[in-house]
Amino acid sequence: MALAKIQKIAGRAVHVPGEDIDTDRIIPARFLKCVTFEGLGEHLFKDVRFGPDGTQTDHPLNDSRYAGATILLAGRNFGCGSSREHAPQSIAKYGFKAIVAESFAEIFFGNSTALGMPCVSVSRAELDRLVARVEEHPTTLVTVDLLEQVVCAGVDLRLPLRIKPSARDALLNGMWDPIGQLVEARDEIGAVAARLPYLHFR
Amino acid sequence: MGKNLFDKVWDLHTVRSLPGGETQLFIGLHLIHEVTSPQAFGMLRDLGLTVFMAERTFATVDHIIPTDDRKRPFQDSLAEEMVKALKQACQEFGITFFDVESGRQGIVHIIGPELGLTQPGITVACGDSHTSTHGAFGAIALGIGTTQVRDVLATQCLSLARLKVRRIEVSGKLGPGVYAKDIILHVIRTLGVFGGTGYAYEYAGPAIEALEMEERMTLCNMSIEGGARVGYVNPDEKTFAYMRGRPFAPKDEAWDDAVAYWKSIASDPDARYDDVVRLDASEIAPTVTWGINPGQAISVKELVPAPEQGTSDAERSLIEEALAYMQLAGGKPIEGTPINVAFIGSCTNGRLSDFREVARYLRGRKVAPTVRALAVPGSMDVARAAEAEGIDRVFRDAGFEWREPGCSMCLAMNPDKLIGDELCASSSNRNFKGRQGSPTGRTILMSPVMVAAAAVRGAVADARDVFGF
Ligand code: SF4
Repeated sequence: MALAKIQKIAGRAVHVPGEDIDTDRIIPARFLKCVTFEGLGEHLFKDVRFGPDGTQTDHPLNDSRYAGATILLAGRNFGCGSSREHAPQSIAKYGFKAIVAESFAEIFFGNSTALGMPCVSVSRAELDRLVARVEEHPTTLVTVDLLEQVVCAGVDLRLPLRIKPSARDALLNGMWDPIGQLVEARDEIGAVAARLPYLHFR
Repeated sequence: MGKNLFDKVWDLHTVRSLPGGETQLFIGLHLIHEVTSPQAFGMLRDLGLTVFMAERTFATVDHIIPTDDRKRPFQDSLAEEMVKALKQACQEFGITFFDVESGRQGIVHIIGPELGLTQPGITVACGDSHTSTHGAFGAIALGIGTTQVRDVLATQCLSLARLKVRRIEVSGKLGPGVYAKDIILHVIRTLGVFGGTGYAYEYAGPAIEALEMEERMTLCNMSIEGGARVGYVNPDEKTFAYMRGRPFAPKDEAWDDAVAYWKSIASDPDARYDDVVRLDASEIAPTVTWGINPGQAISVKELVPAPEQGTSDAERSLIEEALAYMQLAGGKPIEGTPINVAFIGSCTNGRLSDFREVARYLRGRKVAPTVRALAVPGSMDVARAAEAEGIDRVFRDAGFEWREPGCSMCLAMNPDKLIGDELCASSSNRNFKGRQGSPTGRTILMSPVMVAAAAVRGAVADARDVFGF
């Protein structure tokens, strides 16, 4: 399977504030009633974007200055909680191509990588600088550069990014969806199944 | 130096190292349900792939299924569609489906162990983060996303990075009225909601060994709430006794081989760990959450933290955010906070021993008139066993609704939901904003006996006082 090589993502950014943003917040459970992931984008952050009466809140995703942003900025432990892939799916379907945060929850990180949506971390101090810049100038071009391992904003801000090396390699080499490699090893899989005692207990 | 269980089981299941440095890991047991799995079959079909080892995947319905009126088609047409999609996929690919008609339906993390599918020394994967539950048996059990469900269906494997192992050693003895739920809330409170990122948690020590299997499941269940994708307890005689006679457990001659294997994968006495944390069970009190993540917990006798107590700006604003959402005042006792709803159930605390323990204290008492109380058994087996013991009567007489099995108000994808900003005393595992079905609904996590105490008092209460431990 030929997948896109993801080396550099450039676009405008928007900051969703808060720490420990869980996947229930990203996509509330009532929108999990679907047998495909199509159309999930419109429910992204639904309960914080809209009040109980359906009116828009002052959530950044409702702010027209950030319309069309493709890079999501977030805080610490982003995507914690439920393993629902609906969360990264809704972020991707909304139009985001990368997430920059202080840190990510593990399952969320893996789910996002497998969709080809890089999750990169920057230090808190640098995240604050990045957020300040974007809030001051929402049209700032932000670049997530996996090759050079930096997040750039405007002409002067150049922040080192961290990402698990294996995830970086997978994205850079267009191997972020592991299925191609996994299916190759049919014989080795059979060998493991043959040696596992518990598969032969009955 | 010896090896720990995690490393032994991981090595045994390693198919190969992938070019990116991940491990291709064989998955011994794959569990699926209606919410995160039907989409994976679509992905398989799109790629022209099929299910590789259909006999290693088992399905049930839990998340979306109604717990009152179960007549088909369900009133919620979307729920009907999801259950149908799963059933059809199971038929198409030859997967065993424990639906309601099978008589074995239940929350996926309850029926796996109950059926004897979950065993020591195996790898388990399920598209649900509380898969860590199965670690109670000394299995490596991982919550996965839907794309990975596809991977397991297609290859019986996952691509994963090896985890580090932190041993959490709990010495001493739990006091009366203190349960496994309190241990895990205490662990998460101590190590933080992301303290376990990158780790598997090995729970050990006298206080853990003293726990019964169902309590160990409660403990391992919430590992993920502490950021640890995997949590486990080494298998011992209690584990083997639990396994015996279960429908999918090894039988006859195979039994001895199985026990020998199970013993062999337990951590060696001199095993290596990446980190060790020591806690004392006698210091753990009945614990409740006050905020909007499971780490924001205090003993029921403590005061709700005030923003000033935060050690950084970020922490102070987190406390403020949580207090505002929960409508709680910092510096005030949590005890006495009026509740609207009491929920006993979920994969954390929806097992027979949970209902038994509550029934011991609930007998002859009444739920406060201001409280809506819901008891939802975790599986049809749990429901039947409880009903055979008359436990359902105790709950009903006290004023609880006794429901059919499912996830119910743990995540409220079915009709069981909080309304408006109702406050729920809940035996489930997540107190996130909006988790229980209303965008402004509020959750306080606690043990089932503490939920019963809150239901009786109409307010958060110390079960030891209410029930006179
Ligand atoms: S009971 Fe709750 S946590 Fe457990 S599987 Fe169901 S929804 Fe998930």
